[in-house]
Amino acid sequence: MAHSTTLQPNAASAAYADAPRTGTWDGGNEPFKASYGKLMMWFFLLSDAFTFGAFLTAYGLIRHKHGVYEGTAKAFHFSSAYWPTPDKVFNAFPGLHGLDLPLAFVALMTMILIFSSVTMVLAVEAGHRMDKADVQKWLLWTILFGTMFLSSQAWEWTHFINGHEEGTLMADGTVMHGANLAANQYGPPLFADLFFFITGFHGTHVFSGVCLLVWCFIATTNGTFEKRGHYEMIEKIGLYWHFVDLVWVFVFTFFYLV
Amino acid sequence: MAAHATTETLPQGEIAKPNTGWIWRTFWVLVGITAVEFVFVFFMNPGTLRNSIFIVLTILKAFFIVGEFMHLKHEVKSLIWTILIPTALLVWLVVALVTEGSYVGEVLSHMFSK
Repeated sequence: MAHSTTLQPNAASAAYADAPRTGTWDGGNEPFKASYGKLMMWFFLLSDAFTFGAFLTAYGLIRHKHGVYEGTAKAFHFSSAYWPTPDKVFNAFPGLHGLDLPLAFVALMTMILIFSSVTMVLAVEAGHRMDKADVQKWLLWTILFGTMFLSSQAWEWTHFINGHEEGTLMADGTVMHGANLAANQYGPPLFADLFFFITGFHGTHVFSGVCLLVWCFIATTNGTFEKRGHYEMIEKIGLYWHFVDLVWVFVFTFFYLV
Repeated sequence: MAAHATTETLPQGEIAKPNTGWIWRTFWVLVGITAVEFVFVFFMNPGTLRNSIFIVLTILKAFFIVGEFMHLKHEVKSLIWTILIPTALLVWLVVALVTEGSYVGEVLSHMFSK
Protein backbone atom coordinates (compact mmCIF):
# COMPACT_ATOMS: atom_id res chain seq x y z
CA MET A 1 0.00 0.00 0.00
CA ALA A 2 3.06 2.25 -0.06
CA HIS A 3 3.50 2.81 -3.78
CA SER A 4 0.97 4.53 -6.03
CA THR A 5 -0.36 3.43 -9.39
CA THR A 6 1.45 4.84 -12.42
CA LEU A 7 -1.10 5.72 -15.06
CA GLN A 8 1.28 7.04 -17.68
CA PRO A 9 4.86 5.82 -17.95
CA ASN A 10 7.15 8.83 -17.94
CA ALA A 11 9.89 9.40 -20.51
CA ALA A 12 12.53 7.70 -18.36
CA SER A 13 10.60 4.49 -18.17
CA ALA A 14 9.40 4.51 -21.77
CA ALA A 15 11.31 1.28 -22.21
CA TYR A 16 8.96 -0.30 -19.60
CA ALA A 17 5.71 0.99 -21.16
CA ASP A 18 4.40 -2.57 -21.39
CA ALA A 19 5.39 -3.52 -17.86
CA PRO A 20 2.51 -4.56 -15.57
CA ARG A 21 1.30 -1.96 -13.09
CA THR A 22 2.16 -2.55 -9.46
CA GLY A 23 -0.25 -0.39 -7.50
CA THR A 24 -2.21 -1.68 -4.51
CA TRP A 25 -5.29 -2.48 -6.56
CA ASP A 26 -3.47 -3.80 -9.64
CA GLY A 27 -3.56 -7.46 -8.69
CA GLY A 28 -1.26 -9.80 -6.86
CA ASN A 29 -1.71 -7.88 -3.60
CA GLU A 30 -4.09 -8.08 -0.66
CA PRO A 31 -5.59 -4.58 -0.30
CA PHE A 32 -6.77 -3.89 3.26
CA LYS A 33 -4.62 -6.94 4.17
CA ALA A 34 -7.64 -9.14 3.51
CA SER A 35 -7.83 -11.98 1.04
CA TYR A 36 -9.91 -11.60 -2.12
CA GLY A 37 -12.71 -13.83 -0.86
CA LYS A 38 -12.96 -12.13 2.52
CA LEU A 39 -12.96 -8.63 1.03
CA MET A 40 -15.60 -9.60 -1.52
CA MET A 41 -17.77 -11.03 1.27
CA TRP A 42 -17.49 -7.74 3.18
CA PHE A 43 -18.49 -5.78 0.07
CA PHE A 44 -21.40 -8.13 -0.56
CA LEU A 45 -22.55 -7.72 3.05
CA LEU A 46 -22.37 -3.94 2.64
CA SER A 47 -24.64 -4.17 -0.41
CA ASP A 48 -27.02 -6.47 1.48
CA ALA A 49 -27.02 -3.93 4.31
CA PHE A 50 -28.23 -1.34 1.78
CA THR A 51 -31.01 -3.70 0.75
CA PHE A 52 -32.22 -4.34 4.30
CA GLY A 53 -31.61 -0.69 5.17
CA ALA A 54 -33.95 0.24 2.34
CA PHE A 55 -36.60 -2.20 3.60
CA LEU A 56 -36.41 -0.95 7.18
CA THR A 57 -36.39 2.67 6.03
CA ALA A 58 -39.52 2.01 3.98
CA TYR A 59 -41.04 0.34 7.03
CA GLY A 60 -40.19 3.37 9.19
CA LEU A 61 -41.72 5.78 6.71
CA ILE A 62 -44.90 3.75 6.21
CA ARG A 63 -45.35 3.02 9.88
CA HIS A 64 -45.09 6.67 10.88
CA LYS A 65 -47.42 7.73 8.10
CA HIS A 66 -50.18 5.75 9.76
CA GLY A 67 -52.16 6.87 12.74
CA VAL A 68 -50.94 6.14 16.24
CA TYR A 69 -53.16 4.57 18.91
CA GLU A 70 -53.93 7.28 21.41
CA GLY A 71 -55.91 5.56 24.14
CA THR A 72 -54.85 3.70 27.27
CA ALA A 73 -53.05 0.38 27.02
CA LYS A 74 -55.97 -1.40 28.67
CA ALA A 75 -58.51 -0.16 26.13
CA PHE A 76 -56.41 -1.14 23.12
CA HIS A 77 -58.14 -3.13 20.39
CA PHE A 78 -57.11 -3.91 16.82
CA SER A 79 -58.27 -1.50 14.13
CA SER A 80 -57.18 -0.58 10.63
CA ALA A 81 -57.26 3.07 11.70
CA TYR A 82 -53.95 2.84 13.52
CA TRP A 83 -50.75 0.79 13.64
CA PRO A 84 -51.04 -1.97 16.25
CA THR A 85 -48.93 -2.18 19.38
CA PRO A 86 -46.54 -5.09 18.75
CA ASP A 87 -46.93 -6.68 22.17
CA LYS A 88 -50.65 -7.05 21.54
CA VAL A 89 -50.04 -8.84 18.24
CA PHE A 90 -47.10 -11.07 19.12
CA ASN A 91 -48.13 -12.50 22.46
CA ALA A 92 -48.42 -16.20 21.75
CA PHE A 93 -46.00 -18.98 22.68
CA PRO A 94 -45.97 -22.45 21.12
CA GLY A 95 -47.58 -24.97 23.42
CA LEU A 96 -48.96 -22.32 25.78
CA HIS A 97 -52.27 -21.68 24.08
CA GLY A 98 -54.33 -18.86 25.56
CA LEU A 99 -51.56 -17.37 27.70
CA ASP A 100 -50.68 -13.73 27.11
CA LEU A 101 -46.89 -13.66 26.82
CA PRO A 102 -46.05 -10.47 24.93
CA LEU A 103 -42.88 -10.72 22.85
CA ALA A 104 -41.72 -13.79 24.80
CA PHE A 105 -41.40 -16.04 21.76
CA VAL A 106 -39.60 -13.43 19.68
CA ALA A 107 -37.18 -12.87 22.58
CA LEU A 108 -36.45 -16.60 22.50
CA MET A 109 -35.88 -16.44 18.74
CA THR A 110 -33.43 -13.57 19.22
CA MET A 111 -31.51 -15.56 21.82
CA ILE A 112 -31.41 -18.61 19.53
CA LEU A 113 -29.91 -16.57 16.72
CA ILE A 114 -27.39 -14.80 18.96
CA PHE A 115 -26.40 -18.20 20.33
CA SER A 116 -25.92 -19.49 16.79
CA SER A 117 -23.59 -16.54 16.20
CA VAL A 118 -21.56 -17.58 19.24
CA THR A 119 -21.23 -21.16 18.01
CA MET A 120 -20.25 -19.78 14.60
CA VAL A 121 -17.40 -17.72 16.08
CA LEU A 122 -16.33 -20.81 18.02
CA ALA A 123 -16.21 -22.74 14.73
CA VAL A 124 -14.07 -20.01 13.14
CA GLU A 125 -11.78 -20.02 16.17
CA ALA A 126 -11.43 -23.80 15.90
CA GLY A 127 -10.58 -23.35 12.23
CA HIS A 128 -7.74 -21.02 13.15
CA ARG A 129 -6.28 -23.84 15.25
CA MET A 130 -6.83 -26.36 12.41
CA ASP A 131 -8.98 -28.34 14.86
CA LYS A 132 -11.20 -30.30 12.45
CA ALA A 133 -13.25 -32.04 15.15
CA ASP A 134 -14.11 -28.81 16.92
CA VAL A 135 -14.98 -27.10 13.64
CA GLN A 136 -17.41 -29.93 12.89
CA LYS A 137 -18.90 -29.77 16.38
CA TRP A 138 -19.52 -26.02 16.34
CA LEU A 139 -20.77 -26.02 12.74
CA LEU A 140 -23.38 -28.64 13.70
CA TRP A 141 -24.52 -26.56 16.66
CA THR A 142 -24.81 -23.48 14.41
CA ILE A 143 -26.83 -25.45 11.86
CA LEU A 144 -29.10 -26.73 14.64
CA PHE A 145 -29.76 -23.27 16.06
CA GLY A 146 -30.29 -21.82 12.58
CA THR A 147 -32.85 -24.51 11.84
CA MET A 148 -34.52 -23.89 15.21
CA PHE A 149 -34.82 -20.21 14.29
CA LEU A 150 -36.36 -21.04 10.91
CA SER A 151 -38.87 -23.42 12.53
CA SER A 152 -39.76 -20.77 15.10
CA GLN A 153 -40.29 -18.21 12.37
CA ALA A 154 -42.51 -20.68 10.50
CA TRP A 155 -44.60 -21.13 13.65
CA GLU A 156 -44.78 -17.36 14.09
CA TRP A 157 -46.02 -16.92 10.51
CA THR A 158 -48.60 -19.67 10.93
CA HIS A 159 -49.95 -18.13 14.10
CA PHE A 160 -49.97 -14.67 12.52
CA ILE A 161 -51.85 -15.92 9.46
CA ASN A 162 -54.37 -17.95 11.46
CA GLY A 163 -54.96 -15.14 13.90
CA HIS A 164 -56.07 -14.77 17.48
CA GLU A 165 -59.10 -16.53 18.99
CA GLU A 166 -60.92 -13.23 19.17
CA GLY A 167 -61.32 -11.85 15.67
CA THR A 168 -61.57 -8.23 14.66
CA LEU A 169 -64.66 -6.52 13.26
CA MET A 170 -63.66 -5.22 9.84
CA ALA A 171 -65.08 -2.25 7.92
CA ASP A 172 -67.35 -4.49 5.83
CA GLY A 173 -69.03 -5.92 8.94
CA THR A 174 -67.36 -9.34 8.93
CA VAL A 175 -65.15 -10.64 11.71
CA MET A 176 -61.66 -11.45 10.47
CA HIS A 177 -59.12 -13.78 11.98
CA GLY A 178 -55.48 -13.65 11.03
CA ALA A 179 -53.82 -12.06 8.05
CA ASN A 180 -53.21 -12.20 4.34
CA LEU A 181 -51.65 -9.75 1.92
CA ALA A 182 -54.93 -7.90 1.35
CA ALA A 183 -56.17 -7.47 4.91
CA ASN A 184 -55.41 -8.48 8.47
CA GLN A 185 -57.16 -8.39 11.83
CA TYR A 186 -54.38 -6.49 13.60
CA GLY A 187 -54.27 -3.14 11.78
CA PRO A 188 -53.73 -1.54 8.38
CA PRO A 189 -53.09 -3.92 5.43
CA LEU A 190 -49.50 -2.72 5.14
CA PHE A 191 -48.78 -4.01 8.65
CA ALA A 192 -49.09 -7.63 7.54
CA ASP A 193 -47.56 -6.95 4.13
CA LEU A 194 -44.41 -5.50 5.67
CA PHE A 195 -44.25 -8.26 8.28
CA PHE A 196 -44.27 -10.97 5.61
CA PHE A 197 -41.93 -9.08 3.29
CA ILE A 198 -39.21 -8.16 5.78
CA THR A 199 -39.23 -11.31 7.92
CA GLY A 200 -39.57 -13.33 4.71
CA PHE A 201 -36.49 -11.79 3.17
CA HIS A 202 -34.61 -12.29 6.42
CA GLY A 203 -35.79 -15.89 6.70
CA THR A 204 -34.60 -16.57 3.15
CA HIS A 205 -31.17 -15.28 4.13
CA VAL A 206 -31.15 -17.54 7.20
CA PHE A 207 -32.14 -20.48 5.03
CA SER A 208 -29.39 -19.83 2.49
CA GLY A 209 -26.98 -19.42 5.40
CA VAL A 210 -27.97 -22.82 6.77
CA CYS A 211 -27.45 -24.36 3.31
CA LEU A 212 -23.97 -22.81 3.13
CA LEU A 213 -23.18 -24.08 6.62
CA VAL A 214 -24.27 -27.61 5.68
CA TRP A 215 -21.96 -27.46 2.67
CA CYS A 216 -19.15 -26.18 4.94
CA PHE A 217 -19.73 -29.13 7.27
CA ILE A 218 -19.57 -31.60 4.39
CA ALA A 219 -16.40 -29.99 3.05
CA THR A 220 -14.81 -30.01 6.51
CA THR A 221 -15.66 -33.68 6.98
CA ASN A 222 -14.18 -34.51 3.60
CA GLY A 223 -10.92 -32.81 4.58
CA THR A 224 -11.14 -30.08 1.92
CA PHE A 225 -9.91 -27.38 4.29
CA GLU A 226 -7.24 -29.56 5.89
CA LYS A 227 -5.86 -30.09 2.39
CA ARG A 228 -6.11 -26.36 1.67
CA GLY A 229 -4.21 -25.57 4.84
CA HIS A 230 -6.71 -23.06 6.18
CA TYR A 231 -10.33 -22.76 7.21
CA GLU A 232 -10.90 -19.31 5.74
CA MET A 233 -14.09 -20.47 4.03
CA ILE A 234 -15.61 -21.01 7.49
CA GLU A 235 -14.62 -17.46 8.33
CA LYS A 236 -16.28 -16.07 5.20
CA ILE A 237 -19.51 -17.99 5.74
CA GLY A 238 -19.24 -16.87 9.37
CA LEU A 239 -19.27 -13.24 8.24
CA TYR A 240 -22.48 -13.94 6.30
CA TRP A 241 -24.03 -15.68 9.30
CA HIS A 242 -23.22 -12.81 11.65
CA PHE A 243 -24.68 -10.39 9.15
CA VAL A 244 -27.91 -12.41 9.15
CA ASP A 245 -27.95 -12.23 12.97
CA LEU A 246 -27.28 -8.49 12.82
CA VAL A 247 -30.18 -7.92 10.42
CA TRP A 248 -32.46 -9.82 12.80
CA VAL A 249 -31.34 -7.61 15.70
CA PHE A 250 -32.43 -4.57 13.67
CA VAL A 251 -35.65 -6.14 12.39
CA PHE A 252 -36.48 -7.17 15.97
CA THR A 253 -35.95 -3.62 17.21
CA PHE A 254 -37.90 -1.92 14.43
CA PHE A 255 -40.76 -4.37 14.16
CA TYR A 256 -41.31 -5.55 17.69
CA LEU A 257 -39.97 -2.84 19.96
CA VAL A 258 -40.34 0.53 18.28
CA MET B 1 -5.62 -11.27 14.78
CA ALA B 2 -2.83 -10.41 17.23
CA ALA B 3 -5.32 -10.13 20.07
CA HIS B 4 -6.44 -13.74 19.77
CA ALA B 5 -3.52 -15.72 18.31
CA THR B 6 -1.54 -18.25 20.31
CA THR B 7 2.14 -17.57 20.12
CA GLU B 8 3.52 -20.94 21.20
CA THR B 9 4.82 -23.34 18.56
CA LEU B 10 3.34 -26.80 18.82
CA PRO B 11 4.80 -30.17 18.00
CA GLN B 12 3.62 -31.60 14.71
CA GLY B 13 0.01 -32.81 14.82
CA GLU B 14 -0.91 -31.17 18.13
CA ILE B 15 -3.77 -28.72 18.26
CA ALA B 16 -3.73 -25.53 20.35
CA LYS B 17 -6.12 -25.06 23.25
CA PRO B 18 -9.22 -23.02 22.47
CA ASN B 19 -9.00 -19.29 23.15
CA THR B 20 -12.67 -18.47 23.66
CA GLY B 21 -12.94 -16.19 26.69
CA TRP B 22 -13.56 -13.10 24.58
CA ILE B 23 -16.33 -14.91 22.65
CA TRP B 24 -18.40 -15.75 25.73
CA ARG B 25 -17.78 -12.31 27.20
CA THR B 26 -19.23 -10.68 24.10
CA PHE B 27 -22.19 -13.10 24.24
CA TRP B 28 -23.05 -12.05 27.81
CA VAL B 29 -22.76 -8.39 26.84
CA LEU B 30 -25.29 -8.99 24.05
CA VAL B 31 -27.64 -10.87 26.40
CA GLY B 32 -27.33 -8.04 28.91
CA ILE B 33 -28.16 -5.33 26.38
CA THR B 34 -31.19 -7.33 25.14
CA ALA B 35 -32.39 -7.75 28.74
CA VAL B 36 -32.11 -3.98 29.27
CA GLU B 37 -34.14 -3.43 26.09
CA PHE B 38 -36.91 -5.65 27.46
CA VAL B 39 -36.96 -3.70 30.73
CA PHE B 40 -37.63 -0.57 28.68
CA VAL B 41 -40.31 -2.35 26.61
CA PHE B 42 -42.37 -3.23 29.64
CA PHE B 43 -41.68 -0.41 32.08
CA MET B 44 -41.45 2.71 29.96
CA ASN B 45 -44.26 4.42 28.11
CA PRO B 46 -44.04 4.35 24.31
CA GLY B 47 -42.71 7.50 22.72
CA THR B 48 -39.85 9.05 20.79
CA LEU B 49 -37.51 8.89 23.80
CA ARG B 50 -38.12 5.17 24.26
CA ASN B 51 -37.60 4.53 20.55
CA SER B 52 -34.34 6.46 20.62
CA ILE B 53 -33.16 4.31 23.54
CA PHE B 54 -33.98 1.16 21.56
CA ILE B 55 -32.08 2.41 18.55
CA VAL B 56 -29.03 3.38 20.61
CA LEU B 57 -29.00 -0.03 22.34
CA THR B 58 -29.41 -1.81 19.00
CA ILE B 59 -26.49 0.11 17.51
CA LEU B 60 -24.49 -0.84 20.60
CA LYS B 61 -25.33 -4.52 19.97
CA ALA B 62 -24.36 -4.07 16.31
CA PHE B 63 -21.04 -2.61 17.44
CA PHE B 64 -20.26 -5.78 19.39
CA ILE B 65 -21.45 -8.19 16.71
CA VAL B 66 -19.58 -6.45 13.90
CA GLY B 67 -16.51 -5.51 15.92
CA GLU B 68 -15.89 -8.77 17.77
CA PHE B 69 -17.81 -11.62 16.11
CA MET B 70 -17.07 -10.35 12.60
CA HIS B 71 -13.62 -9.27 13.72
CA LEU B 72 -13.88 -5.83 12.10
CA LYS B 73 -12.35 -4.09 15.12
CA HIS B 74 -9.10 -5.95 14.46
CA GLU B 75 -8.92 -5.32 10.73
CA VAL B 76 -7.00 -2.60 8.90
CA LYS B 77 -8.35 0.92 9.61
CA SER B 78 -9.27 1.64 6.00
CA LEU B 79 -11.43 -1.50 5.82
CA ILE B 80 -13.20 -0.46 9.03
CA TRP B 81 -14.04 2.94 7.54
CA THR B 82 -15.07 1.39 4.22
CA ILE B 83 -17.78 -0.49 6.09
CA LEU B 84 -18.70 2.08 8.73
CA ILE B 85 -19.10 5.26 6.68
CA PRO B 86 -21.79 3.90 4.29
CA THR B 87 -23.60 2.35 7.26
CA ALA B 88 -23.59 5.70 9.05
CA LEU B 89 -25.20 7.20 5.97
CA LEU B 90 -27.87 4.48 6.15
CA VAL B 91 -28.62 5.53 9.73
CA TRP B 92 -29.17 9.08 8.52
CA LEU B 93 -31.46 7.71 5.79
CA VAL B 94 -33.65 5.93 8.32
CA VAL B 95 -33.93 8.97 10.60
CA ALA B 96 -34.69 11.27 7.66
CA LEU B 97 -37.40 9.05 6.20
CA VAL B 98 -39.06 8.28 9.52
CA THR B 99 -39.34 12.05 9.99
CA GLU B 100 -40.81 12.35 6.50
CA GLY B 101 -43.28 9.60 7.31
CA SER B 102 -44.49 11.36 10.44
CA TYR B 103 -44.88 14.59 8.50
CA VAL B 104 -46.88 12.86 5.77
CA GLY B 105 -49.09 11.31 8.42
CA GLU B 106 -49.70 14.64 10.07
CA VAL B 107 -50.51 16.37 6.79
CA LEU B 108 -52.94 13.62 5.81
CA SER B 109 -54.73 13.60 9.14
CA HIS B 110 -55.15 17.40 9.17
CA MET B 111 -55.99 17.72 5.49
CA PHE B 112 -59.69 17.02 5.87
CA SER B 113 -60.26 18.31 9.37
CA LYS B 114 -61.79 21.68 10.08
